[in-house]
Amino acid sequence: MSIDTLAQEHPGPHDVSHIRKVAMWVFLGSEVLFFGSLITTFLLYRTRIGDGPGAAEIFDIPFTSVSSFILLMSSLTMVMAHHSASRKDWRQMRVWLVATAMLGIVFLSGQVFEFTEFVEEGLTVSTSPFGSSFFVLTGVHGAHVAVGVLLLLATALMSFTGRLRDGEGMNVEIIGLYWHFVDVVWIVIFTVVYLMQV
Amino acid sequence: MSDTAHAHPTPRDYWLIALILAVITGAEVSVTYIDALDSVVAPLLITMSAAKFAIVVGYFMHLKYEQRIYRNLFLMGIIAAPILFGTVLLTFGVLIGD
Repeated sequence: MSIDTLAQEHPGPHDVSHIRKVAMWVFLGSEVLFFGSLITTFLLYRTRIGDGPGAAEIFDIPFTSVSSFILLMSSLTMVMAHHSASRKDWRQMRVWLVATAMLGIVFLSGQVFEFTEFVEEGLTVSTSPFGSSFFVLTGVHGAHVAVGVLLLLATALMSFTGRLRDGEGMNVEIIGLYWHFVDVVWIVIFTVVYLMQV
Repeated sequence: MSDTAHAHPTPRDYWLIALILAVITGAEVSVTYIDALDSVVAPLLITMSAAKFAIVVGYFMHLKYEQRIYRNLFLMGIIAAPILFGTVLLTFGVLIGD
């Protein structure tokens, strides 16, 4: 049963956009607990480095700082896309959506480069509990960014082909909430996993 | 407190907020390089990270301007997470030294 059908069968003060936003906020609340468990696991195992390198030996803070800045700025381009959608300026919205996706791709490229460097320096997912918890946490976050990039590009493509109709600016808002959440999770990871471990 | 949505920030406000976030990020990185701040670096980093978190959630996610129901749904996770995981960390002795 689609959300539109539900809204038709249960008419009332809560419109479809409200239901979608409630669903997204519930999802994000649950994601807080999900990432909380991964960050807690990292904190528990951060000193168990075994024979592999530790955080202070391999983390490249200037590089990760630039990646963090890029992801942070993607939140600006995302909110500009939402602002353009709310003004029904679809052309401008598409520009900001693609810009956000590009910044996300740059962030992901940086993460791939960082992972490659770490593996070359002897830290893999099976080297130590520290390595396992680090790669799982940052890898799961990277997967969330990748999903966000796909959602952004799909929305931009739908708009280009005219399949994103006038009243569907809400989709941009919902994707925006997801994207900003991915950004705030990285804000925590950058501080707890990187800056506080060197 | 009103339960209705308020006017959202303007594009100029968003750029200003992004500038503030960039400055805080720069400050975060800087304090890790200042040896004199070693004893207070952890609380400083947590405070600045929390400020960035609150700014993004409040202004970019519009939670500051949204209906109360959205705020409460998200706050459930935000409040439950530190309690739950703080308990786990204390149980495993990370916060009290292992």
